[in-house]
Amino acid sequence: MRAFAHQYAAGDGFVPPSTNDFNLPPVTDSIAWLTKPVLLVFLSVIVVSVFFILSARKAAVVPSKLQFAGESIYAFVRNDLARDVIGHDFMRFVPYLFTLFTFVLTNNIFGIVPFLQFPAMSHVGFPYVLAVFTFVVFHYVGIRKQGLGKYLKEIAFMPGVPKPVYILLTPIEVATFFLVRPLTLSLRLFANMFAGHLLLLVFIMGGDYMLHDSHLIMKLFSPFSFAFGIALTFFEFMVQCLQAYIFTLLTALYIAGALADEH
Amino acid sequence: MRSLNLLSEGEAANPLVPHTAELIVGTIAFTLLFLVLRKAVVPMFEKAFAARTEAIEGGIKKAEQAQLEAQRALVQYNEQLSSAQGEASKLREEARVQGAAILEELRTKAQDEAARITAAAHASIEAERQQAITSLRNEVGALAVELASKIVGEALDDQARQSRIVDRFIEDLEKSK
Repeated sequence: MRAFAHQYAAGDGFVPPSTNDFNLPPVTDSIAWLTKPVLLVFLSVIVVSVFFILSARKAAVVPSKLQFAGESIYAFVRNDLARDVIGHDFMRFVPYLFTLFTFVLTNNIFGIVPFLQFPAMSHVGFPYVLAVFTFVVFHYVGIRKQGLGKYLKEIAFMPGVPKPVYILLTPIEVATFFLVRPLTLSLRLFANMFAGHLLLLVFIMGGDYMLHDSHLIMKLFSPFSFAFGIALTFFEFMVQCLQAYIFTLLTALYIAGALADEH
Repeated sequence: MRSLNLLSEGEAANPLVPHTAELIVGTIAFTLLFLVLRKAVVPMFEKAFAARTEAIEGGIKKAEQAQLEAQRALVQYNEQLSSAQGEASKLREEARVQGAAILEELRTKAQDEAARITAAAHASIEAERQQAITSLRNEVGALAVELASKIVGEALDDQARQSRIVDRFIEDLEKSK
């Protein structure tokens, strides 16, 4: 957080939020790595674990409200993502996809939860980690299923394609599987969270700035900026859910592709 | 990779370069969550789903069984009903036959009786007739003797006398009756 009052006292005009607004200082000076996003990630682990353990504890045939809530999320990942995309043998991947979805979703939503208000996924390190996990999982699954040689061969030389096309297709396919997929997966999530947070910062800080301005007209327009910030918060909520869904869906698709006999 | 505290104020940080600490924290946190969810959450939800499926299937099975039983009862009932109906019609038929037999018997009896009565009447009539004939014969004989003696006793002068005698005789006869 920036100290608004201090900044405006200097009277050097509106400073738009920048990438530096994402570099939060350590919570305590003695532990350099213990920053807000790190704390939020750990908090998300605790929140998700506690919520789902409480929800699943009874495993009753007739669910309580809590169990129904947890079960609905679980059933969504299990049925709509894992089963519908991967099909046969999907149960093996449900724990991974479920963890992925809840972890990303919770951390994303932290971006609009009052007092937390920071999406950990806007720190690119976390999406990178998740993309690497997915990368390892779907390649591992493919190699286990088809053997290393056959798996790599089918990636590099897609069957059923005329030979000269390989000149063009092979580099594209190899790049897709080993570079583009993990990169787009992580950067899509990162960029959405980053941009979304930046957008909120612009309108909230802008409103704050206008409110503190000496001109009356600026003060009058300040509420509009705040209102827009609130509207964007709802929009952000949608984006946050959507990104968690997309990340999980793409992971499921990659796994399904690796499991399929022909690409 | 960079570490946080190297960043000086105002220096633009490249947001695409990850913090080492965050990579480690992300890995640990995600693995931790994965282990917890896989151990304590997924199996429980699966158990609940399986139990629910079983409960639903059990319910359906039970309902099917009940329906089967009901159908069997219905068939049995229908069978009983039709057998009862058959029995009733058989009884009715028997009663009809029996009734007809009784009627026939009665009629025969009545006819016999009638015949007997008729025969008896005939016999008595015959006897009476015989009796009448006998008595008539006796009477006519006696009368004839009487008439003959009368005729013989009187002088038979002429035709007119004769005729008068006969007429008188017949008149007497009629009067005496």
